[in-house]
Amino acid sequence: MSPLLEVRGLQVKLQTHRGPALAVRDASFTLERGQTLGLVGESGCGKSMTAMALMGLLPDNAQIAGSIRFDGEELTSKSDSEMCEIRGNRIGMIFQEPMTALNPVHSIGHQVAEPLRLHRRLSTSAARKEAIALLDRVGIPDAARRVDAYPHQFSGGQRQRITIAMALACGPDLLIADEPTTALDVTIQRQILELIGELVAERGMALLLISHDLGVIAQNVARMLVMYGGSVVESGPTTEVFAHRMHPYTLGLFAARPGLHSQKGRRLAMIPGTVPELVDLPAGCPFAGRCAFTIPECHATVPPPIEVGPDHRVRCIRLDAVAAAKAALAPAPSHGEKEQQA
Amino acid sequence: MSAVPVIAPVPLSAPGFWKRAARHRSFMLGAVLTLLLVFTALLSFVWTPFSPYDVDMAAKMMPPDAHHWLGTDAYGRDIVSLLLVGARASIAVGVIAVSIGLVVGTAFGLLAAAERGWVEEAIMRLADFGFAFPAILSAIMLTAVFGGGMVNAIIAIGLYNIPTFARITRASANAVWSREFILAARACGKGKFAITMEHVLPNILSVLIVQATIRFAIAILAEAALSYLGLGTQPPQPSWGRMLSEAQTLLFQSPMLAVYPGIAIALAVLGLNLLGDGLSDLFDPRLARKR
Repeated sequence: MSPLLEVRGLQVKLQTHRGPALAVRDASFTLERGQTLGLVGESGCGKSMTAMALMGLLPDNAQIAGSIRFDGEELTSKSDSEMCEIRGNRIGMIFQEPMTALNPVHSIGHQVAEPLRLHRRLSTSAARKEAIALLDRVGIPDAARRVDAYPHQFSGGQRQRITIAMALACGPDLLIADEPTTALDVTIQRQILELIGELVAERGMALLLISHDLGVIAQNVARMLVMYGGSVVESGPTTEVFAHRMHPYTLGLFAARPGLHSQKGRRLAMIPGTVPELVDLPAGCPFAGRCAFTIPECHATVPPPIEVGPDHRVRCIRLDAVAAAKAALAPAPSHGEKEQQA
Repeated sequence: MSAVPVIAPVPLSAPGFWKRAARHRSFMLGAVLTLLLVFTALLSFVWTPFSPYDVDMAAKMMPPDAHHWLGTDAYGRDIVSLLLVGARASIAVGVIAVSIGLVVGTAFGLLAAAERGWVEEAIMRLADFGFAFPAILSAIMLTAVFGGGMVNAIIAIGLYNIPTFARITRASANAVWSREFILAARACGKGKFAITMEHVLPNILSVLIVQATIRFAIAILAEAALSYLGLGTQPPQPSWGRMLSEAQTLLFQSPMLAVYPGIAIALAVLGLNLLGDGLSDLFDPRLARKR
């Protein structure tokens, strides 16, 4: 049986007024039924564009190349109306901003019932009943009474629960969560992630979790991809990547985490330079301009994925040097890892 | 809360909307004047002191007295009755002309915002073309080609309203389309038409209501102007604009004949403008939060 989601050589090109920009280049990954996959990277690295490409919701100025197979069907060649049949029905999506993801002029019950009426052709009263059950499941207290309330009458965490109910209404096979907890308080974050985890397990959905937060990724997904400059630079099982991270960018990302035990007064490690402009991204490795291990060959071509462990791939041609630098630093303190400087 | 890039108008269903409305002075004054206009027109169907069509040359140009409260005009018709019935023409023109503009213009504006690309370009350039001709001039042109009369005047004014509504609708609809709940609705698998009707239209309704109110006032002025020029309402149908033009020749004998319809037009237009301004204040979330 084919995997639920199979992305091969996905490329998204945006026509901006400053020229074409490659928002996603040559991204490939698979997601099996009921599995969880995390997508981590900085703002503007192509995480959200990848999600939008899966949903068929890329902006008008975007061109897509490559293949996205969902349950054996090619999505990139589908028309917008064919995609409407899939969106909300077989693929659900949760957004970052619960404050704005709900329409202020409609009651929450109406909005949760919308996909049910649309895809399942449920009657208004049946959809309402189902909506109450969904709201109850996602933890809206007194759902039967609050179903007619408006979004502004709910807190941010509750609104995110409502958008989760909307995304889950039709029982999708795949749930895409694009930074679902970034806009929420830390205490609420945990509750929402636990809820998503429960629902994914309970319904056997596959989950694609997009986040810039390594902690969120570590606790919630089995496999992960690290994106930088539109490319997937490292991929593998979460535990494997956390234990044996190899790409210089991934190393930098981990080093830049603030920790509770970091020494007071010490500055947080950071990656030198800034995220490259996607408009004039250099030909070679996107990280070459900021990497401590760069050699002239890095600027020539995008490195191919190299298998470094079980199902663990890294796009870097300087792995030997990285491994040597890691070994030299091996007895370093376990917390507050320093970024390797060559 | 982070800054919202596009400020959403306050929905009519928002709590305290009508309470705030009651405290808004110019809104209340505008509402009273507008209701007075509507009441006047409705009253004229069931009661007028005299028939506005009865010509009584023996009683022409009478000063106000107990019978004729505001006197009579050059043909001996009762001024009060003429004013009452004249309100009908103003309202008919306002309602129908604004409806034409609202329905057609809003449809085009929503289509432009939903489709983007060349459809949007084409519709907006067409709207620009419509704007190139001054309102009254295009109305005169149309009535000159197709003949005068109230129906043609209404159509002319209505056509002029289409580009206005198309532009305003497109601008507000574009702002709504860029909001995240539209993306969420699309992620639920809703099509463009469904999103337009369920998500975009309700969110721009307040903008359209304000605009319709202000356009109503402009339509009343345009009808008066066309009738004054003899291209609008035709005799013997009374209209404020025609009363003005008939009074013009007698401006020195009895200036009050021009003052009465003038005041009627001014009050109607003032009322609608105050109502429109008041509504746009009440729909403004920045002002809503302050009070």
